[in-house]
Amino acid sequence: MALRIDHAACTLCLRCIEECPYGALAQLEDRIAVGEACTFCGLCVEICPVAAISIEAKETERAEAGRGAVLVYGEHHEGRLHHVVFELIGKGAELATTLRCPLEVVVAGHGLPDVCAQLAGLAVDTVHLVEHPALAQYRDGPFGRTLAHLIGELRPAIVLAGATGRGRSLMPRVAVLCRTGLTADCTGLEIESETGDLLQTRPAFGGNVMATIVTRRHRPQMATVRPKVMTPPERKGTARPRVRRWAVPSELTASRTQVLARQAGDQGPVNIAEADVLVAGGRGLGGPEGFKPLAELAALLGGELAASRAVVDAGWVPYERQVGQTGKTVQPRLYVAVGISGAVQHRAGMQSSETIVAINSDPDAPIFQFADYGIVGDHREVLPALIERLRAARAAEGAEDE
Amino acid sequence: MHIVVCIKQVPDTAEVRIDPERGTLIREGVPSILNPLDAYAVEGAVALTERNGGTATALCMGPPQAEAALREAIARGCDRAILLTDRAFAGADTWSTSYALACAVRKLGDVDLVFCGKQAIDGDTAQVGPGLAVHLGWPQATYVRRIIEATDEAVAVERLTDWGNETLRVGLPAVLTVLKDLNFPRLPSLVSQMQARRCPVERWGAGDIDGDAAQFGLDGSPTRVVKVFTPPVRGACVVWQGEPQKTAAKLIETLRREALI
Ligand SMILES: Cc1cc2nc3c(=O)[nH]c(=O)nc-3n(C[C@H](O)[C@H](O)[C@H](O)COP(=O)(O)OP(=O)(O)OC[C@H]3O[C@@H](n4cnc5c(N)ncnc54)[C@H](O)[C@@H]3O)c2cc1C
Ligand SMILES: Nc1ncnc2c1ncn2[C@@H]1O[C@H](COP(=O)(O)O)[C@@H](O)[C@H]1O
Repeated sequence: MALRIDHAACTLCLRCIEECPYGALAQLEDRIAVGEACTFCGLCVEICPVAAISIEAKETERAEAGRGAVLVYGEHHEGRLHHVVFELIGKGAELATTLRCPLEVVVAGHGLPDVCAQLAGLAVDTVHLVEHPALAQYRDGPFGRTLAHLIGELRPAIVLAGATGRGRSLMPRVAVLCRTGLTADCTGLEIESETGDLLQTRPAFGGNVMATIVTRRHRPQMATVRPKVMTPPERKGTARPRVRRWAVPSELTASRTQVLARQAGDQGPVNIAEADVLVAGGRGLGGPEGFKPLAELAALLGGELAASRAVVDAGWVPYERQVGQTGKTVQPRLYVAVGISGAVQHRAGMQSSETIVAINSDPDAPIFQFADYGIVGDHREVLPALIERLRAARAAEGAEDE
Repeated sequence: MHIVVCIKQVPDTAEVRIDPERGTLIREGVPSILNPLDAYAVEGAVALTERNGGTATALCMGPPQAEAALREAIARGCDRAILLTDRAFAGADTWSTSYALACAVRKLGDVDLVFCGKQAIDGDTAQVGPGLAVHLGWPQATYVRRIIEATDEAVAVERLTDWGNETLRVGLPAVLTVLKDLNFPRLPSLVSQMQARRCPVERWGAGDIDGDAAQFGLDGSPTRVVKVFTPPVRGACVVWQGEPQKTAAKLIETLRREALI
C-alpha cells in the first residue's frame, strides 16, 4: 500500500500539506513528499483540487455475499426494545428496499416476553429469537459470540446496531469475530448506487470533520448508529413478523464475567446521550446553587441537565452528566449552554446538536461562534426571566386545555 | 501482576483552527499529544501496580515520533515502553490496530490486564479495546469508572452504563477501557521527565511480532475512508442583548416558531 502523488498533475498548491492532520506531507523542492507519519486517512486525496493524490491498496478477495438481508440488532432491557431499534428499522427498511432484500431483527435473551408484538405493523420480515439461560443477563462476551454465530448462519449483507453504551461495547467484538469492518457512531447511511455497498457517514475529530466509510470486500458491512438521529417508522396495520427460534451451543455462552450488581445512577437513570433537550451549565453559574434554576429550566423544557467539565471537576454535578471530549458526546434537538465558554473540548461533545442556544455574560465567549441563538446577559437575570415566561405560557396552555 | 496500557498519539484537536475564508480546518503545525483519555488508563495501570506490585508496560502503535507519547507514559510512572512501528502497520483501521496490538501483548506473554482509554479523540471509535479483547480471547469491561478490587484471579469494577452503574467481576486476563472518572492522573515531575528521556523505548516491527502480515495496516483493514468533508457551517449566531425580560421573550418566541419547545 502506498500514497501515490502524480507529480505531473500536482500544481504545488500545498493544500494537502496544510490539511494533513498528521503533518506527514512536506514540500521537497518541486515535489510533495510523504513522510512516515502518514496513516492513509485519505484527507489529502479528498481535498486535492487536481486529483493528483491516490491511495493504492492491495484488496483481499471479496467475501461471499450471502443471501443479503439487512439485520438489526434488537437491543432490549428486560424484553422491551430500545427506541434506537425502531430508528434502525426505519433506516433498515429503506436500505432493504433499495437492495431488494429482507429486513430482519435478532433478539437474544432468556424468558423474553412477546417481542413480536412490539414489532407489529413494521416492515420487519423475520425476527430471530435466541434464548438461553446464560443470556438472561446482558454480558458483552456471551452476547457477542451468540450474535457472531448467528451472523455466520444467516450471512446478512448489513448489520446495524445502536451506538448506545451496549452497542459500542458489543459490536466491536462481533466485528472482530466475523472478520469484518465496523463503522462507529454513524449519522448517515445510504447505498452507493454503482456498487450496492453501504456508505457509512460519521463525525470524527470531535465533530470537526465528517468521514464516509465503506467496507468493500468483507461481509457483513457493520455499523453502529447514533440514537435519535434516524426517524422511527410509522406502523401500518398489525401484521407481525415471522419468528424463527434458535438454540445456541452452550460453549458460546460460557464466560468469566459475573454481574454482581446493577443500580441506577445518583439521580435515577440518566443518559444525556439520548435526551431530546439538554440544558447545560458551566462555571459561569458560580456554584452548585446556580444549578437549581437551571434544573427548573430543564424541567420546563422537558429536558435533562448537563454540564461542562469545569463544574464536574469542581464536584457540582456528577460525571455522568459531563458533555465533551472526556465526557459524553450528545446530539439533542436543542442544547442550551448557560455560563459555558465553549472551549474546543466542550464543543467536541455537542457541536452536532441540531440547535444550540448560548447564554453568557461575555459577548466575546467562543460559544457564540457556533451557537445558533445567543443571549448576552447575566444568568441570574436571564434564567428567572425565561423560567417566569415559560411558566406563564404553560399555565395559559393548561387553562386552554380545560 | 503485569499490566499493559495501550496509548495512542493523536493530533491535538484543541489546536485545530478554522480557515475563515474557506471554512476548512487548518491543521498545519498541529502538535501531537498523548490521547487525553489514555492518561486515565496510564494512571489506572500505574496505581494498580503500585498497590499490588508488578510491572506497567506502555504499548503504542504509531509512527516513530509516537515515541514522545510513550516517554510521557514513562514520566507518568510506566516501567517499560514498546513502540510498534513499521510502514506495514500504517493505515490500520480498528480491526487491524487491535490485531497488531494483540500480537504484541501475546509476545509479552505473561500479561494479566490491559488498560485502554475509552476512545481516541481523532477517530472517536472506542472499538480498539473490545477488538483487542476478542483477538486475545479475553473478557472485557468497558466504561470502567472504579476499580473495586484486583487479585491475581479477577478484577471487580464499577462501570457506567446507559442505565446507571454495573458492578462486574471479570476473570483475568482481561481488557478494561476506562473513563475520566477513574482517577486524577499525576503530573509528571521534573525528575521523572528527565528519567523518561533516558529510558529506552523498545521498537518492534511487523517481523518482531508473531502475526499474519496480511492482517496488518491498510491492506489488512476491512474498512476504507472514501470521503472526508467538513460538516456544513452553521449560519451566524443571532444574538440578543439588553433587558433580560425582552431577550428572554425573543428567545422563547424563536424556539416556539421553530417548534423546539
Ligand atoms: C484534555 C482535556 C479534555 C477536556 N475535556 C472536556 C470535556 O469533556 N468537557 C468540557 O466541558 N470541557 C473539557 N475540557 C475543559 C475545557 O477546556 C474548558 O476548560 C471547560 O469546558 C470550561 O468549562 P466552562 O465553560 O464551564 O468554564 P469557563 O471556561 O470558566 O467559562 C465560564 C463562562 O461563563 C461565563 N459567565 C461568567 N459569569 C457569568 C454570569 N453571571 N452569567 C452568564 N455567564 C457567565 C463566562 O463569560 C465564561 O464564558 C477539557 C480540557 C482538556 C485539556
Ligand atoms: N495505535 C494505537 N496504539 C495503542 N493503543 C491504541 C491505538 N489506537 C487505539 N488505542 C487504544 O484504544 C483506545 C480506543 O481507541 P479508538 O478505538 O481508536 O477510539 C485508545 O484510548 C487506546 O487506549
